[in-house]
Amino acid sequence: MCRGIYLDHAATTPVRREVQEALDEVLSSTFGNASSIHTFGQDAKRVLEESRERVATCIGAEPEEIIFTSGGTESDNLAIRGTAYALKEKGNHIITTAVEHPAVLNCCEALEEEGFEVTYLPVDMECLVHPEWVMEAIRPETILITVMFANNETGSIQPIAEIGGIARRKGVVFHTDAVQAVGKVPVNVDELGVDLMSMSAHKIYGPKGIGGLYVRKGTMLHPLVYGGHHERNLRPGTENVPGDAAFARAIELATEELPSSRKHLELLKERLTGGIQERIEHVQRNGALDDCLPNILNMSFAGVDGEAMLLNLDLMGVAVSTGSACSSGATEPSHVLLAMGVEPLLAQASLRFSLGRDNTEEQVERVLEVLPEIVSRLRDLGDARAMR
Amino acid sequence: MEIPDSSNRQRPRWKGSGVFLVHRVVVAMSGGVDSSVAAAVLKEAGSEVVGIGLKLVDSNKTTGAANSCCGIDAMGDARRVAEKLDIPFYVLDFKDVFRTTVIEYFISSYLNGETPNPCIPCNEVIKFEELLRVAKGIRAEYLATGHYARVSREGTGRYLLRKGTDDSKDQSYFLYSLSQEQLSQTLFPVGEMSKRETRELAARLGLRVHDKPESQDICFVEDGDYSSYISKHAGSRIRPGPILDESGAVIGSHRGLSHYTIGQRRGLGVSSSEPMYVVDIDAHANSITVAAAGRLRRQKRILLERMNYVAVAKPEEPIGALARTRYRKPEVNATLSPLDGDRAFVEFHSPREPTAPGQSVVLYNGDAVIGGGVVRRTTDDQ
Repeated sequence: MCRGIYLDHAATTPVRREVQEALDEVLSSTFGNASSIHTFGQDAKRVLEESRERVATCIGAEPEEIIFTSGGTESDNLAIRGTAYALKEKGNHIITTAVEHPAVLNCCEALEEEGFEVTYLPVDMECLVHPEWVMEAIRPETILITVMFANNETGSIQPIAEIGGIARRKGVVFHTDAVQAVGKVPVNVDELGVDLMSMSAHKIYGPKGIGGLYVRKGTMLHPLVYGGHHERNLRPGTENVPGDAAFARAIELATEELPSSRKHLELLKERLTGGIQERIEHVQRNGALDDCLPNILNMSFAGVDGEAMLLNLDLMGVAVSTGSACSSGATEPSHVLLAMGVEPLLAQASLRFSLGRDNTEEQVERVLEVLPEIVSRLRDLGDARAMR
Repeated sequence: MEIPDSSNRQRPRWKGSGVFLVHRVVVAMSGGVDSSVAAAVLKEAGSEVVGIGLKLVDSNKTTGAANSCCGIDAMGDARRVAEKLDIPFYVLDFKDVFRTTVIEYFISSYLNGETPNPCIPCNEVIKFEELLRVAKGIRAEYLATGHYARVSREGTGRYLLRKGTDDSKDQSYFLYSLSQEQLSQTLFPVGEMSKRETRELAARLGLRVHDKPESQDICFVEDGDYSSYISKHAGSRIRPGPILDESGAVIGSHRGLSHYTIGQRRGLGVSSSEPMYVVDIDAHANSITVAAAGRLRRQKRILLERMNYVAVAKPEEPIGALARTRYRKPEVNATLSPLDGDRAFVEFHSPREPTAPGQSVVLYNGDAVIGGGVVRRTTDDQ
């Protein structure tokens, strides 16, 4: 079957060969339970702790500061709800932004129902939150600031280090969802001043169902699931040793190759952006021009429904997305674009292209060949879903 | 009126005609056996088939019966069929437009004392306008559905909408409001099959949905309980009011107009020596009028609005036709007299029990739909 051109790496990525090899090796040779005392258990424990150390090294953390989880969503839940429950005696106020991933927004909404108060900070036209807005929102009872590192729909990179500085000065715990940023831009937890940071393996050519939460030493967290004493009592359950090893390999490779992959992605993105702007009229780029991930491009095509473009591209073998995968299929225009002040009609006329390491210039050229024709045909048809 | 012999020369056929489609066709796939077989038949005939499922109601809530076309499991069934047929399949979210064009119409119509038929605007707007536009957007030449009806092109260039070959399953009643342009882009692959043939074909093709039960009632109303659905969604707009007898005397009170339809006998809550039936619903006065069976007014003539003509352009003179006043109800002889604008009178050759305002009346010549319209409430019933 023809694989087509995959431009949806912000949704997920294929597992790369080296990661699969690492996974296979542990799967086939190290089956022990890392909690067991015998040699089989010790072997597993060794792989587990090595993996933890390798992940920690990539983000400038200590090994014991890494909690393995099932992925980004669980990490966000553990960070946000875990902090809220741990610090509820101290305060009940949480600061976040309007453009977070649903994993964060829905955690906050659930906490609101439990009596916590949440401030949803706005963003500017580039999808960026300003550090002074964070500053102004802090109250005596603020216990957590959670701001995503890079936005999954627009790629905009938030001023995490500045916010981290503010949080530190004010003594507020700071969490960032770095699921999209890890492996694409340098990430160092000390330079960023974060206390909690969510990561996911499948966005960086690792398997699904594995990720991690960085927890700075001394940060109080309440577990969400009860069981044994695994993962510092924060995340019980027999460790997913093969998954952890695969995650470690994935983040290691992503970190090692960051300079070259960034160059590759930036080049492709520039070609794609330039090509679209050259060949198609009435397009608008959504997101930050400078502070942006090298691999995400969000574009609105005035007068055309994003979903209609997506279908057309897919039938021609090009996979892109409208908004994030989690909100695709929703009629509502993207909450991220709306928060940026993009008109609802333009928000519904948007596509997200997210590039990856296997994409080539030929593939980008191919997209540039087919896209203008699709857009102009849909514009001729006066696509009502976008016009309505 | 004369309707020429149908001729399918200009249109693709798929039943033993030897003419194979090579076009891209979008099939509206509900997960039911009919649309699944429609997709299968077109695929077998050599078309490039793209399946599209429509999300019409919020699937987070358990609305929609399991066997309805917008139920939760339906999209999963449709996806499995598409996989089996090896065709691309997409689910599109039409909740917004469905709510504004079908559900709100349904509710406001009931609140106006009418008895609406939501399947008709659903076909007209959701499938043959919105989905058809999506189909054209992906360069499909046709939109196909699993309706039991047929479309054919006449020598005159006019498109006829005809009954499905299986008279017991014929669904042309729900499709009378399609325009010529819509019909020209529409295919009904199971229109020439019987339901039994459809199920057999589905079984032969190994489609698991072959023995799926028929969808029932109105897809977005759970358990077919319209009045509580409307109460839930219209809330304070439903007000109790008086029940009147034919003389206008108050003999009871009703729970809100949406609980009643013309001809209804049960649940009136008025005590009387003989069974009473609803004979009129007056939204302005928020009242309903009831009468005993023996004194039920027979209806000789009804006024239709929003007329759509299919087999003919709007006629200058009255024409004879067979009128169907409800899905599956036997047709009766009538005369159709077009009025100004999109209104028309239908005169029954023998008076009959009243048809509720909001219902559609479809006029046939043989198996061809002449046209149809929506019954308007009149006070001049004979």
